[in-house]
Amino acid sequence: MQRTVLDLWVGAFVLAGIGALVILAFKVGNMSTYNASDTYRLHAYFTNVGGLKPTASVRSAGVLVGRVSAITLDTERYEAEVTVEIDKRYQFPADTFANILTSGLLGEQYIGLLPGGDDEMLKDGGQFKKTQSAIVLEDLIGKFMVNQAGGGK
Amino acid sequence: MPALKTTRAIGHRVIDAVWRLGLAARFLAMTLLHSGLSWRRFPLIVKELFSSGVMSLIIIGVAGTFVGMVLGLQGYETLKRYGSESALGSLVALSLVRELGPVLAALLFASRAGSAMTAEIGLMKATEQIAAMEMMAVNPVARVVAPRFWAGVISMPLLAAIFSAMGVFGGYLVGVVLIGVDAGSFWSQMQSAVDVRDDIVNGVIKSFVFGVVVTLIALFEGFDAPPTAEGVSGATTRTVVESSLAILMLDFILTAFMFRGV
Repeated sequence: MQRTVLDLWVGAFVLAGIGALVILAFKVGNMSTYNASDTYRLHAYFTNVGGLKPTASVRSAGVLVGRVSAITLDTERYEAEVTVEIDKRYQFPADTFANILTSGLLGEQYIGLLPGGDDEMLKDGGQFKKTQSAIVLEDLIGKFMVNQAGGGK
Repeated sequence: MPALKTTRAIGHRVIDAVWRLGLAARFLAMTLLHSGLSWRRFPLIVKELFSSGVMSLIIIGVAGTFVGMVLGLQGYETLKRYGSESALGSLVALSLVRELGPVLAALLFASRAGSAMTAEIGLMKATEQIAAMEMMAVNPVARVVAPRFWAGVISMPLLAAIFSAMGVFGGYLVGVVLIGVDAGSFWSQMQSAVDVRDDIVNGVIKSFVFGVVVTLIALFEGFDAPPTAEGVSGATTRTVVESSLAILMLDFILTAFMFRGV
């Protein structure tokens, strides 16, 4: 094959384009946080998930330990069933407390795990027994107003 | 009867537009059918990749950087009011990857490379080079149109990716280096907000669609241009106008399909 300077330029262009895509995927996107390590599933029921979304992070003591994989409505209990994938490296006691928390005032919602003291550990397919739903700002304001009205008499 | 005349003129225009749409569809089918030659003789595509892709690199890179810088400045001004300057990274990256990268790169590509394609093919037709090819039993669609089509389709997603990457760099330059937003939160907020499948892959799909549409319009207008100086200039103008409108309208449709909000 005859080589021309043109081929070199086009090669450099294609390389730059693919390089830009890789930068977008790893530096800008969340490709690097998709960990390929093994995970196990746990379930949690919440009366209200608020603005929690699939792929939201699951943190314990602020450390990322897993991600939310699915949120569905359980029509028997009429509660939200949240399935989370936890990294196999991390084990949690059976009485671990699952909270829906918000990072900052305008931040995203995530699940915070507060480990208990049980000797038994949660296994694949297990369920968090103690959960706390998302704090809905309207409810808080409502309660506050009721309290104010009650205290003012 | 001026009313009758107007009605007739409008009807004529509508019929003409539908006619041209049908011709363009047939033109696309013909191009796809005769693409075999350009893939067997890949240097044909390489030559066109140089003139449409490599030559557009500078304008794409510079435009991307400046768009990112403006996003950094404007985003900072707005986010500062809510005390969430740290979200600047996600603002810049999301707006670039989802919308501005594919759309602005396609608009620039239409006016930089698309108009050149139209003028080139129109002039080839005006100077009877196309007719000469047919005389020599060379299919002008296979030899002239198909390589340009594939070059446009290949280079558009690459150019859009370069635009977005340069834009993020421009946003970083203004946000972190100039204004002094924390670099750690800039990148980490960006990474937690931008999803590879939902945002980046959808952006690439968008730019691929724009690449097909812009290149098809440019080639069709050139091939369909009246073989006069006036005809070629009119066709070049129509390429830029039609492809810009097509990009913006298609962008709305694609966005409505892709980002319905989970």
